[in-house]
Parts: sequence; C-alpha cells; structure tokens
Amino acid sequence: MSVFSLKNKTILITGASSGIGKAMAIACAQAGATLIISGRNKERLEHTFTMLEGSNHLAFATDLSTTQGVKLLVDFVPKIDGFVSNAGIVEPLLLQFIETSDIEKTLHINAISVIELTRLLLQEKKIKKGASLVFTSSINGNKCAYIGSSLYAASKAMLTGFMKAIALELAPKGIRANTIEPGMIETELLKNSDISLEDLENDKQNYPLKRYGKPEEVAYAAIFLLSDASSWTTGTNMLLDGGYTLH
Amino acid sequence: MEMNEFIKNFANQFDDTDANEFIPETLFRELEEWSSLNALAVMNMIAKKYATKLTPEEMKTAQTIQELFDLVASKK
Repeated sequence: MSVFSLKNKTILITGASSGIGKAMAIACAQAGATLIISGRNKERLEHTFTMLEGSNHLAFATDLSTTQGVKLLVDFVPKIDGFVSNAGIVEPLLLQFIETSDIEKTLHINAISVIELTRLLLQEKKIKKGASLVFTSSINGNKCAYIGSSLYAASKAMLTGFMKAIALELAPKGIRANTIEPGMIETELLKNSDISLEDLENDKQNYPLKRYGKPEEVAYAAIFLLSDASSWTTGTNMLLDGGYTLH
Repeated sequence: MEMNEFIKNFANQFDDTDANEFIPETLFRELEEWSSLNALAVMNMIAKKYATKLTPEEMKTAQTIQELFDLVASKK
C-alpha cells in the first residue's frame, strides 16, 4: 500500500552505525526513502551505507554529543521530510554512586543532543512542512523503570516531555512529533551491557511474547510514523514491548 | 590496592550485616543480606573507587572477598 511508502521522502536517521538506527536505515531505504544517515563510527556507518537499497543516499559521520557535531550535521543535511533520532547510552549505576559527570553525560547524549538537533534543524529551516519527527525513547522512564537506570529513565522521560510540547508547537506547520517506546531490543548495546547473559535469558520470561524485540520491529514502527499512514498521529508514544508492561 | 580499605568499601554496600563479618575469607554470597542489588552496588563501587569494570560473568567467579580483591587487582 503506497500510503505506507516513504517514496519521495528525505529522511535523516541518527545513530545509524549500529543497533536500532542501523535497522531503521535499511528498512526505510527498502520503503523507498532517500536517506541521510549519521553515526559516530565512520567505518560502521559506511557499512550501513553499503546495505541501503536505492540511490542518492548520503552518510555523514559526526559526534552528536557535542554542539559542534550537531551543527556540522545540520549544515550538511538538505531539507527533510522527517527524522528518527536514535542516539543512546546505558550505564547501570545506583543513585549512591552517581556523580555530576554521570548525570551530564547520560542526559547530554540521550536527550540534550537530540533537543539541540531538533531546534537547530528547525531554526535553519531544514524541516519541511508536513514532516514527521520520531524520537526513539524507551518504556524505561515512561511506563516502568529498572534498578540502576535512574539517569537513563530520566533522559528518556525528558525526550517524551520535549516531544509533546513540540508536537503542539509545530502542529500549525503540519509537522508531527512522536516517540517510540521499545522494551528490550536485541542489540550490541545490550550484549555489551553490565547485564549477564543468564539474567537476560531470565528477563525474557517476563515478556508475554517470551522474547526481546528485534531492531527491525522498531524500524517498522518508525516507517509507520514517518509515512503518510500516520498523518493524524502526533504527540503519541508508540509502545513496542511484547506485552511487558501489561503486568 | 589495600585489603583493609577494600573490605571497608565492600562492607559499605550493606546496611544490616555486622562489620565484623567482613574478612578476606567471607563467602559473601552466603550472607543473608546478599542480593542482586548488592551485586550491582559492589560492581558500581569497584568501577568508581578502583576504576575497574567487572563483567557480571567475572564477578560470578569470585566467592570470597579475597577472590574479588584478587580479581580487581589483576585487572588494574
């Protein structure tokens, strides 16, 4: 169905060198979008780039944790019909061990840099009328929480609050804003985390669908939100959690 | 790294266990107060105080405080 297609849409995807962002880039290209993909690691970003169907895509390696890095990306991108922001770090840390530098790092990478990117794109008039802005948030901080995740939860709730206000502000331009709230997704981020493989296997049993999500399943939600199929959807949080938060 | 200080930092992650129970030979997993929460607290303590990141798998190989101390020392 063409209403779900991203043909003739120029879409920016951040965090595209790995995990959810990479899967989104591959799937959005399959859905017909012209992409600008961005990521920190040049080599891995180029690898994602080679996997994109179609032509005219662009890749730009930059570190979005600095305002300068965000500015470089904003200068690089043409006018866009939408974006998906995927940057994110997870570092399990109990409150009694948190230092100012931990707060600044997590909030900056997970939320403040995303806000910087959005405001600069808007101020530089890079967001077309009728565009769709998609923020990858999390169930963590919005629907539930985990021990040791206070900063991650705070950063993801920050994105949700930001998204709701701008959905209202940008509605007169026909620009929509939504978040995706995934539960645990099978990515490198998870494999390299401080959670043991045994604990991960046990945790899967807490999901009614008895498994974690796949990156491409998050990508399909992003395609819906970027496409004209969701043209009346703004200010929402799309929950993708295999039923986890039903309990 | 110094053992007495390590034991003090380790004991700090517990609220109800008597301080005298913490010696190098203590089988810490058998303490009544031990839980996954303490495990994360000990891992965070080691990361912050000794600038050493242990994986959960590495952490599981240690049964006594001495073994944990040796593990951290070997990674420093």
